[in-house]
Amino acid sequence: MSGGGTVSSDQAVSGDWWGTDAVSVWYGKVLALDRVTFRAAAGQVSAVVGGDGAGRTTLLRCLAGALAASDGEIRRPAARRIGYQPAGSGTYPDLTVAQNLAFRAAVYGVSAAGSGADYLERAGLAAARDRLAGRLSGGMRQKLGVIAAMLHQPALLVLDEPTTGVDPVSRIELWSLIARAAADGAAVVLATSYLDEAERASHVLALDAGRELAAGTPQQIVASMPGTVRVMDARPAGDEARRAWRRNARWQVWAPDGRAPADGEPVQPDLQDAVTVAALARELAMSGNRQ
Amino acid sequence: MSEPEGRGVAWTEERGTSDEGRRRLKRPAGERGPAVSGALAECVGVTRRFGRSIAVDGVDLRVDSGEVVGLLGANGAGKTTLIRMLLGLLQVSEGEVRLFGEPPSRRTRQRIGYLPQTLGLYDDLTAAENLAFSAAVFGGDTSRALPAALRPYGRRLVGDLPLGVQRRVAFAEALAHRPDLLILDEPTSGVDPLARARLWETIGETAAAGAGVLVTTHYMDEAGECGRLVIMADGRVVSRGTAAEITGDARVTVVETDAWARAFGVLEAAGLRAALVGRTLRVPGAPPDVVRRALGGMDARVSEAPMTLEERFSQITSSISRTEEVG
Repeated sequence: MSGGGTVSSDQAVSGDWWGTDAVSVWYGKVLALDRVTFRAAAGQVSAVVGGDGAGRTTLLRCLAGALAASDGEIRRPAARRIGYQPAGSGTYPDLTVAQNLAFRAAVYGVSAAGSGADYLERAGLAAARDRLAGRLSGGMRQKLGVIAAMLHQPALLVLDEPTTGVDPVSRIELWSLIARAAADGAAVVLATSYLDEAERASHVLALDAGRELAAGTPQQIVASMPGTVRVMDARPAGDEARRAWRRNARWQVWAPDGRAPADGEPVQPDLQDAVTVAALARELAMSGNRQ
Repeated sequence: MSEPEGRGVAWTEERGTSDEGRRRLKRPAGERGPAVSGALAECVGVTRRFGRSIAVDGVDLRVDSGEVVGLLGANGAGKTTLIRMLLGLLQVSEGEVRLFGEPPSRRTRQRIGYLPQTLGLYDDLTAAENLAFSAAVFGGDTSRALPAALRPYGRRLVGDLPLGVQRRVAFAEALAHRPDLLILDEPTSGVDPLARARLWETIGETAAAGAGVLVTTHYMDEAGECGRLVIMADGRVVSRGTAAEITGDARVTVVETDAWARAFGVLEAAGLRAALVGRTLRVPGAPPDVVRRALGGMDARVSEAPMTLEERFSQITSSISRTEEVG
């Protein structure tokens, strides 16, 4: 596949981060990514957040080398130093857990014995070594997919929604694997639709319809949120209703800069509030343009 | 699982319905069923066995009008089996399920709105046709089934719609016949934050209008939307109450250090499993002095913080012996 974008690999550039610079991707006439810039630093977890269709998978495929950019620059290590788990686990259903790992290890020319056993133990999968991957539960299969992607100690580990639909216990085990990879020096990039998970990352990129909605550390994203958020017990009326959303069985109301704040108690916004405000602001601007 | 799931449908109702029953089956979509004093749904000592394995073990559960009850649990904890018994798709082995004061039947099913994890839509029908079909089955008005927000998608095949829109169509379908009891199995999986807030808006409004809601989620942030939580592990209820009651005064040890990666390794070597949050480490299950000792002379700030619901959940459920995970 060819595209107008350029790629730098680790032979060409030194430095301790990977990522994209103003990358755009067109699928035919559909703009899936619109000038997106993203940095993933070594030894850290970076999160890409958004709902279905936001462009997360497209960005991750570019980073992993599975897709060429139409425009912009991608900076990634050589293919052998990338670990990639595509959405939907990326395991072989007809191989057992142990065979999946042995195969991956052979492809990368590493041993599956040492770290593989440690990772299986960490993920609570040790007892399932001889089960077919196709017979595992969703959460177990995701854990196996992450292990298979990190087995060769990649410099860049790209994980596409490893925790979607996974129960909280498996989620904790997955995060233990992710922390292990970052502690070993990998730049970990993870796509998620859960903001509490993004809050655990060192760097966050929120995407909406292929465009950046917010980016930075979770603290930076919260600090740069325009306006104020208050919380009310009942849904506000009139214009404020368009700037309100439900959270914890109450109503958060956003007042943009220069707008009188709503009634209710002021709250210290968190990442979820800040990203929701960014999405609301974009939605309101678009509906304003249409009128 | 040596025995096939369910020995046929558990509906107890006879085919020839009474006038009363027929009237209810034909109930127009705009009208709620007769008010029931007491629980909308009630499980008393409900057990379900599959061969020799016990999927649900002596569960008590109650959903009242106007409340949202969150059902939490790892995969394989028995949540889906319990829901299938409430829907009347599976018989209980022991105990009793009552819906609106009576055993599960075709008639009680009419009053339940159900959103399965897999959405349960027909890919090769349009969004409008899916809703019209469901409305016809439930005896409602098929002409006004599609909510305004979904009309732009009405004439497209569901299989061609983005997942987020499909989820909204399935949600509208579950609500279209104005159910008295709403059962939602992971309704917000894969949904962006604003869309998630809007789904909860609808769930909250449905409860405020008098329906009871039973919802499963793997996303602990959503527990705050539920008036009560019921946590299952290994087929049994292991905790119940509000999120604050369940978390209680449980604490977690927090380690802040520039050398987090080294601290992570040192703690692991000492047998302490740490979770990474940004660049801080959270160590459940070990008090600060134990963690400090394990870190030795490392330059690190060790403190205590209240446990999150997710950490507490993990603590409660991991103390229960986990049986085989079922997908």
